[in-house]
Amino acid sequence: MSAAAETVSAGSARTARIVIYSLLVVLALVYLLPLYVMLTTSFKSLAEIRGGDMLALPRDPSWEAWTKAWSQACIGVTCEGIKGYFWNSIRLVVPAVLISTVLGALNGYVLTKWRFPGHKLVFGLMLFACFIPFQAVLIPMARVLGIFGLANSTTGLVFVHVVYGLGFTTLFFRNYYEAFPDELIKAAMIDGAGFFKIFWRILLPSSGPIIVVTIIYQFTNIWNDFLFGVSFSSGAESPMTVALNNLVSSSTGVKEYNVDMAAAVFAALPTLFVYIVAGRYFVRGLMAGAVKG
Amino acid sequence: MSFLEIKNLSKKIGNNEVLKNISIELEKGGFLVLVGPSGCGKSTLLNAIAGLMPLASGEIVLDGQVINDLHPSKRDIAMVFQSYALYPNMTVEENIGFALEMRGVDKAERGELIRNVAKTLQIEHLLSRRPSQLSGGQRQRVAMGRALVRQPRVFLFDEPLSNLDAKLRVEMRAEIKSLHHNTDATIIYVTHDQIEAMTLATKIVVLKDGAIQQVGTPADIYNRPANLFIADFMGSPAMNMLMGKTVSTNGIRQIAIFDGSVTVPMPSSVTVPLADGADVILGLRPEGITDEGMVDPTADVIAKVDADVRLVEPTGSDTFITATLQGTSFTGRVRADVPIVPRERFTFVFNLDKAVVFDPATSQRLS
Repeated sequence: MSAAAETVSAGSARTARIVIYSLLVVLALVYLLPLYVMLTTSFKSLAEIRGGDMLALPRDPSWEAWTKAWSQACIGVTCEGIKGYFWNSIRLVVPAVLISTVLGALNGYVLTKWRFPGHKLVFGLMLFACFIPFQAVLIPMARVLGIFGLANSTTGLVFVHVVYGLGFTTLFFRNYYEAFPDELIKAAMIDGAGFFKIFWRILLPSSGPIIVVTIIYQFTNIWNDFLFGVSFSSGAESPMTVALNNLVSSSTGVKEYNVDMAAAVFAALPTLFVYIVAGRYFVRGLMAGAVKG
Repeated sequence: MSFLEIKNLSKKIGNNEVLKNISIELEKGGFLVLVGPSGCGKSTLLNAIAGLMPLASGEIVLDGQVINDLHPSKRDIAMVFQSYALYPNMTVEENIGFALEMRGVDKAERGELIRNVAKTLQIEHLLSRRPSQLSGGQRQRVAMGRALVRQPRVFLFDEPLSNLDAKLRVEMRAEIKSLHHNTDATIIYVTHDQIEAMTLATKIVVLKDGAIQQVGTPADIYNRPANLFIADFMGSPAMNMLMGKTVSTNGIRQIAIFDGSVTVPMPSSVTVPLADGADVILGLRPEGITDEGMVDPTADVIAKVDADVRLVEPTGSDTFITATLQGTSFTGRVRADVPIVPRERFTFVFNLDKAVVFDPATSQRLS
């Protein structure tokens, strides 16, 4: 009886597994297809692309489109490729991510360990910032940037992303630090450590996972941002996403699909890199916050 | 003048008065235990002394200096937390040395102080480990080392043993006691475990609902509890509370218990005049109710009582018996080798030298 039951359950478990894996493989293929097309197209010549078989492997792979995208393609009136804009994005993303992460960590620290009357309200308002759509802040932000004299500058864009990201980074760190034992803070206070010493020596060294989560989240968002970039910068100050758009949607001359694809891969590389390097901490950090918070 | 003086301390959290007009004195080198059920305010009081919590009113004076508004780090007080609160990112050595580092003690001196403390606590071999690699008992030692290394004026212990298993708890209790003997440190210790309170303290403060119930030596608290709450809280199994009425025959004051079926002399500790027929509660600890072979030969006043045995609980060293008479049950403590069987009658001996009497209306002890 029981033996029969076991075979049945073992058999159905195997069937279930086969179904699950086949589904996963099919879905993975669907998701990977665009990447495949992008990569193969970028290695093809224009003539071959016009030949029409989108899924075929390149007959004569060459890096030509890649070098052109990087340093020769025309964006607007200059023909120096996307490299300048790539560095624009890096110069924008690195400080914006670091500043918003540090401020978020400090906010989380204060909101959990140095509570003040009204801390809930302050946190509520910061949380509210997460739900404000980008479009709603464009005009007020443009005014503010104008007053500060930061319009059309990378510094201005950094400022915008820091302000907009603060709600999220604060949320992440607050939830993480909520679960951090208060007794450790008390012990450090008795031991003679001050506000920043406690933060630097006790809290930050234990914040690895949540720092990684915040950096990935902020990096992806800021790197991929188009709306703020296109609204608050122009010309040579534009970030990568805006330049890519200008490259791809230019309406003069021949459409160089291979160059467009190569440029798009360039645009995707940094986020891909961040995920591969730090991705395994991502889920772990999210879980840590979710379970304990 | 006492070393540590707490004067009229009060504290409110919301509308809840968690500390009510607390005044305590402690001499230098004393071991004060704050004991009470959970929620009685003992940890709040400890936090107030440490400076981790603002006060509503009152004063804390340490060594002649008012420390109310002093930052915790300036009070020269060390605290051992229930969760140990070891810094997870630091090694044992760094944990113990952190307070010294914050005070700017140079590295060589720090190293020596850490090694000395580690030697005292026998944790020298653990210095390079992290807290996550330690057992509960080892963490406890490190937490004590962190307090000891600073040689503070006062040590605060917040239920330091409650996370340990039973055997380790007894061991560490003995170690804390010998530490106190060897260092002459002034210690304030919070616990809900009345045995810890009895074994460690030179002075016990019993708290309930934020108010002091009684202050005294362990013997005071145990033998002369001020009210029914303390009598019930201290000691395990709890003190027997027998309802009775005063009777007076030929000018000799007596108490009739078990619905009047047994009459015992009024304990000599009670000198207040009592009307005949007044309700009283006779309190007698289980060790005051024994078999005939275990009676204290120095006892002055004893009474023999026959009662029906309900429950026999051997502990190995002796046996606790629960028996009933006239619907009232009580617990006695007899020798382990007395043959005793449930549902049989047994003759108990009440040692009334140890008895205390309470007024049921006020629940205070009568003296």
